[in-house]
Amino acid sequence: MNFDFSNEQKMLKDQARKFLQDQCSSTVVRQVLEGEMEYASHVWQEMAQMGWQGTCIPEAYGGAGLGYLELCVLAEEVGRSLAPIPFSSSVYLAAEALLSAGSEAQKSHWLPKLSSGEAIGVLALAEGAGAPVESHLQCQFSGGQLTGKKMPVLDGPLADVAIVVAKDGETGGVSLVLVDVADSSVQTEPLTTVDPTRPQAIMTFNNTPAECLGAPGKGWGLLTQLFNKAAVLLAFEQIGGADAALQMARDYALGRYAFGRQIGSFQAIKHKLADCYIKNELARSNTYFGAWALSTNARELPLAAATARVSATQAFEFAAKENIQTHGGMGYTWEFDCHLYYRRAKLLALSLGSALTWKNRLVDQLEQPSAA
Amino acid sequence: MDFNDTPQEAEFRAEVKAWLKANVPDQNQEVASAYSSRQNQAEALAKAKQWQAKKAAAGYAAITWPTELGGLGGTPMQNVIYADEESKYVVPRGFFDIGLGMCIPTLIKHGTDAHRQRYVKPALYGEEVWCQLFSEPVAGSDLAGIRTRAEKDGDDWILNGQKIWTSGAHHADYGIIVTRSDPAVPKHQGLTFFFLDMKSPGVEVKPIKQISGGRNFNEVFFTDVRVPDSQRLGGVGEGWKVSLTTLMNERLSAGRTLDADMVEFIAMIKTFTMEDGSPAIKNADVRGKLADWYAQGQGLKYTRFRTMTALSKGQTPGPEASIGKCVSASRSQDYAAFAMELMEMGGVVTDPDHSPQQGFFPESWILSPAMRIAGGTDEILRNIIAERVLGLPGDVRVDKDMPFNELPTGA
Ligand SMILES: Cc1cc2nc3c(=O)[nH]c(=O)nc-3n(C[C@H](O)[C@H](O)[C@H](O)COP(=O)(O)OP(=O)(O)OC[C@H]3O[C@@H](n4cnc5c(N)ncnc54)[C@H](O)[C@@H]3O)c2cc1C
Repeated sequence: MNFDFSNEQKMLKDQARKFLQDQCSSTVVRQVLEGEMEYASHVWQEMAQMGWQGTCIPEAYGGAGLGYLELCVLAEEVGRSLAPIPFSSSVYLAAEALLSAGSEAQKSHWLPKLSSGEAIGVLALAEGAGAPVESHLQCQFSGGQLTGKKMPVLDGPLADVAIVVAKDGETGGVSLVLVDVADSSVQTEPLTTVDPTRPQAIMTFNNTPAECLGAPGKGWGLLTQLFNKAAVLLAFEQIGGADAALQMARDYALGRYAFGRQIGSFQAIKHKLADCYIKNELARSNTYFGAWALSTNARELPLAAATARVSATQAFEFAAKENIQTHGGMGYTWEFDCHLYYRRAKLLALSLGSALTWKNRLVDQLEQPSAA
Repeated sequence: MDFNDTPQEAEFRAEVKAWLKANVPDQNQEVASAYSSRQNQAEALAKAKQWQAKKAAAGYAAITWPTELGGLGGTPMQNVIYADEESKYVVPRGFFDIGLGMCIPTLIKHGTDAHRQRYVKPALYGEEVWCQLFSEPVAGSDLAGIRTRAEKDGDDWILNGQKIWTSGAHHADYGIIVTRSDPAVPKHQGLTFFFLDMKSPGVEVKPIKQISGGRNFNEVFFTDVRVPDSQRLGGVGEGWKVSLTTLMNERLSAGRTLDADMVEFIAMIKTFTMEDGSPAIKNADVRGKLADWYAQGQGLKYTRFRTMTALSKGQTPGPEASIGKCVSASRSQDYAAFAMELMEMGGVVTDPDHSPQQGFFPESWILSPAMRIAGGTDEILRNIIAERVLGLPGDVRVDKDMPFNELPTGA
């Protein structure tokens, strides 16, 4: 058994951590928070130079042609640093959708751009509050044109290309459709959200020229597969964030005194942080299993992805809220970074569907006769 | 990253599989488990001893121990492979875990060659059973607060006092014991460690009835019990250090609890309906909880795999190894209670003929409180994680530097 990352992958992870510590400190995250910039474009560009966006994109399309395990270690560090960049949208969703379902022409057109960071891709699924349901989607695709409204679209204000989940007029099913956001019929309105360090938008399409990505009417199945992969990658961002939040709480608990002693000597604090550690480790283990399933395209991927997603979501949300609690009043100030984790934890918890949704999927998998 | 056996591991697994197939006795008998409240203890022990002797003769009783001690000189990975394969069978469990998991490793580390020669093999073969005489009525979590006195008398020590909660003392041949040899110094400094013959004059074992109805742990009284100085493990006053060896081993072996098979659990839930006639398995509350327990269970499993990976690379496992029992004990308490809730009025039935899955859930429910206490309570384990893993400060200790006999006692 070798249930661990290789030395090369660990080195990549260390390099990524150092790079992000230097280039993407919380000062940078805060510049986006304060609206001084839309995203950390300099970080994005330097990452592109190191080939991160193209980690899993084949060399033929300008990528690095590495594997998912490499992308997993990068994702953990992106999560740890709370990097305000459209990494998950462009890399785990848009590029992956193109890779798995795109035509040769679509791939040759978009993948080199996504890989070099020159273009940013997003996925547009939600149409307001409530779980998106296959049969209830309002966005309509027919005759090569897309019409409807998507909200919220994560990283929407940055998008060059959008993959939109829409009702397919011809087949009556759901299709994934590819839209060049530069088209004048696409309207992108910025949206305020709980985590301003990642911009979001309302995207409106009005007879927008679009083309099917993958077989018409088969979009829901493609989306499910895409989400299973993305859930593992996002779980790595979540455990990275969860670790950072725990570290922050621990450091504060060592430095803050009350009643003549370090607050970290009170059991109410110690046990809370021990619980945080336990949740993080369980999530890490499940997330590693997800990485294995993703990298080997295993039959277990749907169950492994749901398991990783559920525990990583719980771990990050718990660590983020208890980090605020450990800081007392300081934790509730804009000035301290606690809220950055709290915000990001919630964003990541909801962006591929909530824990509620993923728990359901998990049990669906267990109900299958072949469940592992 | 992979879960594949190396060629050597695969070969070992094949050997183990073949051996188990040829040697596990009759599959239909009831599981002989040290903690079951249902079976006759003496009979269960006799079966366990037979099984242990077979295992030891094949080398599987102590896979990682050196061959000169009766082990197989194998790797931690081989140990896992064996446990993995054995878990597919119904075999007696739990009678030798304390002896081989804690007592004998302590004796191996702190004893002499003569001790190792004399005691290791009979323990391995299940011929001699060992128990751990640590906790006392006044001191469990605060182990260094024990009072059983040891006083030097010529070449012997004389022991007086009482231990409690001693699992298996009623069928043990030997025990390891931590005693107070000097009450006038601070508590950690006045302890001395021995092993002793449980048949020694002056040792009296009284079983305690547990909430499960079983009698697996005991009070053990010592009245002028003579223990030769040659049975001292570690120096006089160094008993705390020796105890730590035992406790370290306890933590390595702890955390393996009986676990519900989630697929079987779901199969059972599928047979239930809610009061409104809807299937219980479609209930959101039920699904949410199943998902949580599954995720925790998998988290534990893959945490073990991470630990094993570290071991098989010859590294010391990281702190993640410490979380097992902390999670699994209350997890099993929770899911057992919830399964009973789903059985509604029928949930109270323990009769295996009339309770789903032969009464597994009510049985887990009544056993699980013990798991949260034995081998370090939930609270103590969280202290350990907070202090050793996260580096948070230790508890404020009012007693650390005071002479033991001047400490407040609450009595
Ligand atoms: C089934 C079973 C088998 C056992 N087998 C053995 C055996 O074979 N040999 C043996 O020596 N012992 C054995 N024990 C004893 C076991 O080790 C002790 O019960 C345990 O260490 C707790 O000690 P205690 O019972 O004295 O409880 P206490 O230490 O009095 O604890 C009572 C409560 O106070 C809490 N508490 C105590 N100190 C702290 C602290 N510092 N911080 C926070 N909370 C604290 C505890 O967590 C617990 O909730 C067994 C116990 C059980 C239940």
